[in-house]
Amino acid sequence: MDTFLQNCLNGLSIGSIYALIAIGYTMVYGILRLINFAHGDIFMMAGYFMIICMTDLMIPWYISIIIVIAATIVLGVVIEKVAYKPLRDAPRMSIMISAIGVSYLLENLATYIFSAQPKSYPYDKMGFLSRRVTLGNISTTLVTFITPVLTVAIVLGLVVLIRKTKIGMAMRAVSRDFETSQLMGVRINAVISFTFVIGSGLAALGSVLYFIPRSSVYPLAGSLPGLKCFVAAVFGGIGSIPGALVGGFLIGLSETFVKGSATLSQFSDVITFLLLIVVLLVKPTGLFGEKIKEKV
Amino acid sequence: MTKRAKKTSSIIALAVIAALIVCVGQFVPRSGSQWSNLRTVLQLGVIYALVAVSMNLCNGFTGLFSLGQAGFMTLGAYAYAILTIPVADRPGVYYLYGVAGWLSNLHLPIVVALLVAGLMAAALAAIIGAPVLKLKSDYLAIATLGFAEVVRIVVASSPLNLITNGSLGLTKIPGFSSYYGIFIVAVVCIVIVVLLINSSYGRAFKAIRDDEIAAEAMGINLARHKQMSFIISSFFAGIGGALMAMYMGAVSSTTFTIAVTYFILLIVVIGGMGSITGSIISALLVIAAREWWLRPLDQAQYIGSFQVPLLKAGFRMVVFSIILMAVVLFFRKGIMGDKEFDWDVVANFFRRLFHGKKPKTPAVGGDAE
Amino acid sequence: MSEEREMALRVENVTMQFGGVVAVNNLSMDVPVGSITALIGPNGAGKTTAFNCITGVYEPTNGLVEFMGEPMVRNHPAGKMKKQYLGENADKYIDLKPISPTPDKITQLGIARTFQNIRLWKSMTVFDNVLTAKHMRARQNVFSATFRLSASEERRMRDETETLLAGQDLLQYKNDLATSLPYGLQRRLEIARALATQPRLLLLDEPAAGMNPQETQELADFIVKTRDEYKLTVFLIEHHMDLVMKISDYIYVIDFGSEIAQGVPGEVQNNQRVIDAYLGVVGDE
Repeated sequence: MDTFLQNCLNGLSIGSIYALIAIGYTMVYGILRLINFAHGDIFMMAGYFMIICMTDLMIPWYISIIIVIAATIVLGVVIEKVAYKPLRDAPRMSIMISAIGVSYLLENLATYIFSAQPKSYPYDKMGFLSRRVTLGNISTTLVTFITPVLTVAIVLGLVVLIRKTKIGMAMRAVSRDFETSQLMGVRINAVISFTFVIGSGLAALGSVLYFIPRSSVYPLAGSLPGLKCFVAAVFGGIGSIPGALVGGFLIGLSETFVKGSATLSQFSDVITFLLLIVVLLVKPTGLFGEKIKEKV
Repeated sequence: MTKRAKKTSSIIALAVIAALIVCVGQFVPRSGSQWSNLRTVLQLGVIYALVAVSMNLCNGFTGLFSLGQAGFMTLGAYAYAILTIPVADRPGVYYLYGVAGWLSNLHLPIVVALLVAGLMAAALAAIIGAPVLKLKSDYLAIATLGFAEVVRIVVASSPLNLITNGSLGLTKIPGFSSYYGIFIVAVVCIVIVVLLINSSYGRAFKAIRDDEIAAEAMGINLARHKQMSFIISSFFAGIGGALMAMYMGAVSSTTFTIAVTYFILLIVVIGGMGSITGSIISALLVIAAREWWLRPLDQAQYIGSFQVPLLKAGFRMVVFSIILMAVVLFFRKGIMGDKEFDWDVVANFFRRLFHGKKPKTPAVGGDAE
Repeated sequence: MSEEREMALRVENVTMQFGGVVAVNNLSMDVPVGSITALIGPNGAGKTTAFNCITGVYEPTNGLVEFMGEPMVRNHPAGKMKKQYLGENADKYIDLKPISPTPDKITQLGIARTFQNIRLWKSMTVFDNVLTAKHMRARQNVFSATFRLSASEERRMRDETETLLAGQDLLQYKNDLATSLPYGLQRRLEIARALATQPRLLLLDEPAAGMNPQETQELADFIVKTRDEYKLTVFLIEHHMDLVMKISDYIYVIDFGSEIAQGVPGEVQNNQRVIDAYLGVVGDE
């Protein structure tokens, strides 16, 4: 029972990190109908930014986190302006190919700047976050515990933002009907930039939480998590933020439990992808998603 | 240009290219000179040309945005390797886990093994095709990407240790004794794809790409034809993977990562989605750039005693990625767009160059001179 | 009476419901062999939806479609629709097995269609657009086609395409890109393409859309000539009254998904309900 609860907590924790990144995917897809293949690599770059701040520049962690989030946001917005905006009127495949191109560029850039060898993450400087916390019979690190709480709070905040604010309404309008929103005077560029700001910011936060318990970052570190987070976004229903949260939890839990089993542990990612295929076939719109019909 | 003139020109051009390849094969030293890179570039380039053409068949000609190439290449590479590693070498290669009994003496000739590699990739495509091809293009991309990762993980997983050597990968993979073997296989495969594209089925694929609702209304069964394109494309991707294993002599589950699929996609985009000649030209250019022309960027270069900044290991790939992005953003149609090589274009180009006049076109409307 | 003549198409009690909206309500139509029959109605009346139910693009929620006397499409409300169904005749087909062919199967049976927004294959030439429509009936498989073992089939398809294009007066454009043709000729090309599938029933979806009166006149003659030459039955949806009145043998009028009138052109033209539907009812305030 204790292992079960332990796994639940770990699953929810890693799931929250996946959710933070999945939100970026789902928001961008909702507005631009684009799978941002570069999102996972932005997450990876945030990891490197943290290393630069803390290890090379010796900046204390509480300021570093802010710098890292800011830098990642800048990166995300620049990518949107340079690689996606010019292709807004192009066929869908072109913009997806551009996203793939950006992903490829970021991975090569990271390899060039930081070398392909893993660089160690300064988790020891944030030692207190690794302090153990005990709840009943379960013992875990502080960061594992904080993560789901933090994530749920953020998601609630985002939902309020989307429902109650003007910019939130603009985002909903744009994701419903891009052209009409433009005609109605919605400032499309601002809305899109804002979407990327949120997505990249959350990816940076997720990156900090993700890499703390891991000892190092390497250039391809964002590839597989990025893919898994997209799976999470699809699960919950692409375009839905609460969906991304639920999807993240589901993926996190499933992955943790499978890894706990001796025989199947090496197949945890396989199971994640097979789940994706099943969801795509059975309910392609995911748990909370919406259908789009084509006119003949 | 008349049809006959075009045909003759094509035959002459191909003969010249073949002769050049033979010259490189016979006279260029294997290593040492700058030109040795040409040997590498030609062989590796033609393998990537085959894989690019196979991807173009599925993505460019049929409009199915599949990102599963790396998975099919992995399957093909492993199938080929397992069946051709010399029996005597096997205990050495499988030193940790040992070889499965039924496999230890199973050895096939190279060409047969290549066919098996393609067939295994095609079989996987047949299995996953039916459900997956119904998905909308974005989801199809992710689903195929996911499948490719599944293949990579399964191939290195412990239950298969006795067959695939698990995470250790396979080495001592043999190849053709002749330098030209890879060329012949790749060229034959590409020719088959060209024949397919120019056939009735090729037209059906293009109809599906241009407007699948109209295609269905004109009697083309979408599911069947999409599967056909997907399976044939995977067959050749499998052979491409096998050729790669042959070329490198070794393969592991990390040989064909997602980045490789992206790389092939970018080659296809640069050449032009929907152009076979574009894919071939692009593959050769891209490989030449990556393996040869841009290599100096990876080493410290000096002008006099001044060290040029930025040049160190990995810079080559960064420059390369930037060039790719430039093409994606500014030259979206790629080198050839969706057209194939046409002698008329060449003829017009030279005519304009030497005579400065408007090109000759069949008389429609007046001559503007 | 029409019972004596053979029916090319019989639409019986077809209802199409999307969610809570009934787009086509219990529509029944008979299209005799060799006739030119029209389905007209104001915009949004459900004409194209009806077409899509006949051609397999949509599965009707309820009803039966017979082609040349044989049931071709059939369905009854099932699953969630059982409770939601707002139409009539819910029990009529409930014991019969649903038949739900895909559009390509229906084309194979001998029904070809054109589209309201022209759907030519943009990357192909005029010749290839028609040639590709011949693929369905070719006797070949992917191996024989690739390795040129069925070269005679390919030649036959090309010859037939030439003939078709010549018959439609499009031969001089055969190597031009399909989209380079003027609008009116593109419509003719779409019809030529549909004819390439060797249909017995030709469905035309607003063939005169975007045409001026002179073009519409030419189109009218063209449709009659095509019907005679290829021994077809023609069923068309149209908005342009002049085209419909000129060439139709029989007309069905629908509005808001339901039939509001039917008859020969003279009768329909003077039908008050039809006039009201098209012009809107005056003096509601």
